Amino acid sequence: MTDRAGLGYLKGLDYAVVQQCMHCGLCLPTCPTYDATHLERHSPRGRVALMRAIADDRLAPTKTFGEEMYFCLGCLACMTACPAGVNYAELFEHARAEVERVGQLATPKRSLIRWFTVKWLFLDLRRLLFFGRLLRLYQACGLQCLVRRSGVLRLLPKRLQELEALTPDIPPRFSAGLIAEVTPAVGPRRHRVAMLTGCAQDLIFSEVNRDTVEVLAHNGCEVYTPRPQHCCGSLHGHNGEIELARQLARTNLEQFPPDQFDAIITNAGGCGSHLKHFSHLLAADPAYRKRAEAWDQKCKDVHEWLAAIGLRPPRANGAPPVVVTYHESCHLSHGQKVVAQPRQLLRAIPNLNLVELAESNWCCGSAGIYNLIQPEMAQQLLERKLDHLAATGATVVATANPGCQLQLLNGAKQRGLNVRVAHPMTLLAEAYRRSA
Amino acid sequence: MPLAPPVLAGLEQLLGPENVLTSAEDLIPYSFDGTAALRQMPGAVVFASTTPQVVAALKLANETHTAIVTRGSGTGLSGGSLPSPDCVVLCLVKMDQILELDRANLTLLVEAGATTQAVADAAAAAGLFYPPDPGSMKISTIGGNVAENSGGLRGLKYGVTRNYVMGLEVVLAHGEVLWTGNKCVKDVAGYSLRDLFIGSEGTLGVITKVLLKLIPKPPAKRTLLATFAQMDQAAQTVSDIIAAQVIPCTLEFLDRTTIHCVDDYAKIGLPRDCEALLLMESDGHPAVVQEEVAQMVALARQNHCQEVRVAQTDEEASRLASARRTAFSALARVAPTTILEDATVPRSELAHMVRFVAAVAQKHRLRVGTFGHMGDGNLHPTFLTDERNADEMHRVELAFQEIFDEAVRLGGTITGEHGIGVAKKKFLAQFAGDAQMRVLRELRRILDPRGILNPGKVCDPLTS
Repeated sequence: MTDRAGLGYLKGLDYAVVQQCMHCGLCLPTCPTYDATHLERHSPRGRVALMRAIADDRLAPTKTFGEEMYFCLGCLACMTACPAGVNYAELFEHARAEVERVGQLATPKRSLIRWFTVKWLFLDLRRLLFFGRLLRLYQACGLQCLVRRSGVLRLLPKRLQELEALTPDIPPRFSAGLIAEVTPAVGPRRHRVAMLTGCAQDLIFSEVNRDTVEVLAHNGCEVYTPRPQHCCGSLHGHNGEIELARQLARTNLEQFPPDQFDAIITNAGGCGSHLKHFSHLLAADPAYRKRAEAWDQKCKDVHEWLAAIGLRPPRANGAPPVVVTYHESCHLSHGQKVVAQPRQLLRAIPNLNLVELAESNWCCGSAGIYNLIQPEMAQQLLERKLDHLAATGATVVATANPGCQLQLLNGAKQRGLNVRVAHPMTLLAEAYRRSA
Repeated sequence: MPLAPPVLAGLEQLLGPENVLTSAEDLIPYSFDGTAALRQMPGAVVFASTTPQVVAALKLANETHTAIVTRGSGTGLSGGSLPSPDCVVLCLVKMDQILELDRANLTLLVEAGATTQAVADAAAAAGLFYPPDPGSMKISTIGGNVAENSGGLRGLKYGVTRNYVMGLEVVLAHGEVLWTGNKCVKDVAGYSLRDLFIGSEGTLGVITKVLLKLIPKPPAKRTLLATFAQMDQAAQTVSDIIAAQVIPCTLEFLDRTTIHCVDDYAKIGLPRDCEALLLMESDGHPAVVQEEVAQMVALARQNHCQEVRVAQTDEEASRLASARRTAFSALARVAPTTILEDATVPRSELAHMVRFVAAVAQKHRLRVGTFGHMGDGNLHPTFLTDERNADEMHRVELAFQEIFDEAVRLGGTITGEHGIGVAKKKFLAQFAGDAQMRVLRELRRILDPRGILNPGKVCDPLTS
């Protein structure tokens, strides 16, 4: 788990994890980057072979190796496909940590961006939300519109223009402004749960958090939503900053003592997949290990939790039928294996007709910050997703991760596809409101 | 000796620089196939997209005495596409077009790099059926299947890849293109060179196109599971089914270790409190299917099975078959290295062979998981070991030697469907005998006089 004796993250890893891959190749057809390139280097077993070569001292952690580790989406589709049970998530996090340790990819620009985002902005959510308020101000006062129309953006490099176009609309209020610290259960209290509001979810889709809390309350949960909250560390863990991820895990364990809740709820696939492994992350930390184990037991994806306690279905109310399809967040389906529950919850909405999306668990290209650092591959994946989406004829696509939601929103806008992108909790909350 | 710069430059010129890989990071992922504990770095990996490119690459290789190892998706289980030292790996996955589906003649013409799954899907889309279904069919290439003459779960009734190959386009070592076979059901013009190239493991030529036979899709299918408290009872059930002249599409068997590993992965609720499980599938006319299923159930009960379960839906049936296909990989869950074998015996000797494998494992203090195509007599005893444990690896070798000796003694073969490659090369001579070995080696010398094609595999050529 650590850079043992300064050997490096891959050499320090338990060799059984490195050796687990028996290179049968069953992961290849499920890997988006192998599918696109047909190059073994861009496949799970190829990447594992490179990691093993480093652990064996047959290869140094080169720049090419580093680039390869950041070409991987980290979608974990290979983990669903792997009969041998290779822990790719752990290998991948350690490989990226190794890349950062040796600094082969470091350039002044990259270091500055990483410092600003991973080590500053996302280390304290107050900074992130402050930044969000500034952006909101810029958007709400009409300045963004003006800037965009003025054509001044055309003076920026092409990549910056593309990034500017991806800027999400910041909502007027964040979760703390929408959700009380304690939300009572509707009807008798059956459970007491804590709500994790996340970073991107809070910044861009705070209403998804409000909807989640509403749905939980409708299902007999008293919901505790403290503020200010902290990043869960998934961004850090997935991007080679294991120590920062540990630090954030401890902060979360302090804020949410697991023994005080029946469940600790997350509604973002990417976060959940990281949040459920605090005990592994803190295995070598005697002060927090026990608490982290309790946390892992309590931490639940909201769909998983609602399906487990038995959803109270919204009452039929004569609303017009709507055709909805479901795009699976990689880290919800491959990372957490929560596959049936979101569909089950969606089907419980009376006027909702759920149609399956072809390749519903194939990455949309968002993959955390992948669409920012690998725009070409991300765009290819987005196009593929949009093709399938258009073929369903659905007017709504449900998805349970802010990265996916933003990616699909941008994609639909690019293509002029008239489809609404919504979190399943938003659709459920609306159904409860309609039947109230 | 590493590849000479002029050879690399020539390949880059012929194939385009983006199709010639030489960096360590690019080569390491091609230094193995699906076979355990084998690794060898190639000198370069190249991709061809057309037959003329393969021709050009082979001409260059032949002129410069450069070793060529042809590779598809690298899922082979005998080291057939393991690189030779400093060879050029010729990877054909970019030649993956489905060229023609002939509904009038029920044939499919495909490029060698098309996946088995793509072939099966193309057939199914036309309401037809391509039966061979090796475990890695989702990614294995048809060219690799032909080169290894791959089998699968349906071999008992439908045979193996060989039974579906009607024609081949092969590029010979010196770059000449040879077509053998055609769409005719009957054709006895000359020696069947087609059959010579099937299973030749990349040693006689490079297969670039395959003309496949398709058959009508069976209208009905039923899948059932039977569990047994003793391995012998399962083996006896299989023998009784064959003796009753019932030929189901599939008669697969898993032992306790394999059942647990497969279900830990697939989580489909396989029964775990048994020593052996039979997965049986009958397909064909609905009336025949019904009758066969009834007979198989009766025979399983006669042999004191614990339980028989009939899959209720197509989905459930296909989940069971898919789970079975993952058996080999799933066994890796319990040991760092899984070395599987492919010994095959006449079906009348199955019960004996299953007992023999268990006894050998015990004698050499080895963990074994056994599964396989019981209806074909094709067993896959898989030793669960660790390649870093030299002593245990030595005992694995001894165990295999004994298993092969016994298989041969019983009138069986050292490989039912995985091929010789490098993994079984040293056992071939003993199995094949002097006369066969001499003919094999002479054939190889005639077709590849400079010895550039997959050197070190199958057998050594006669030195001239």
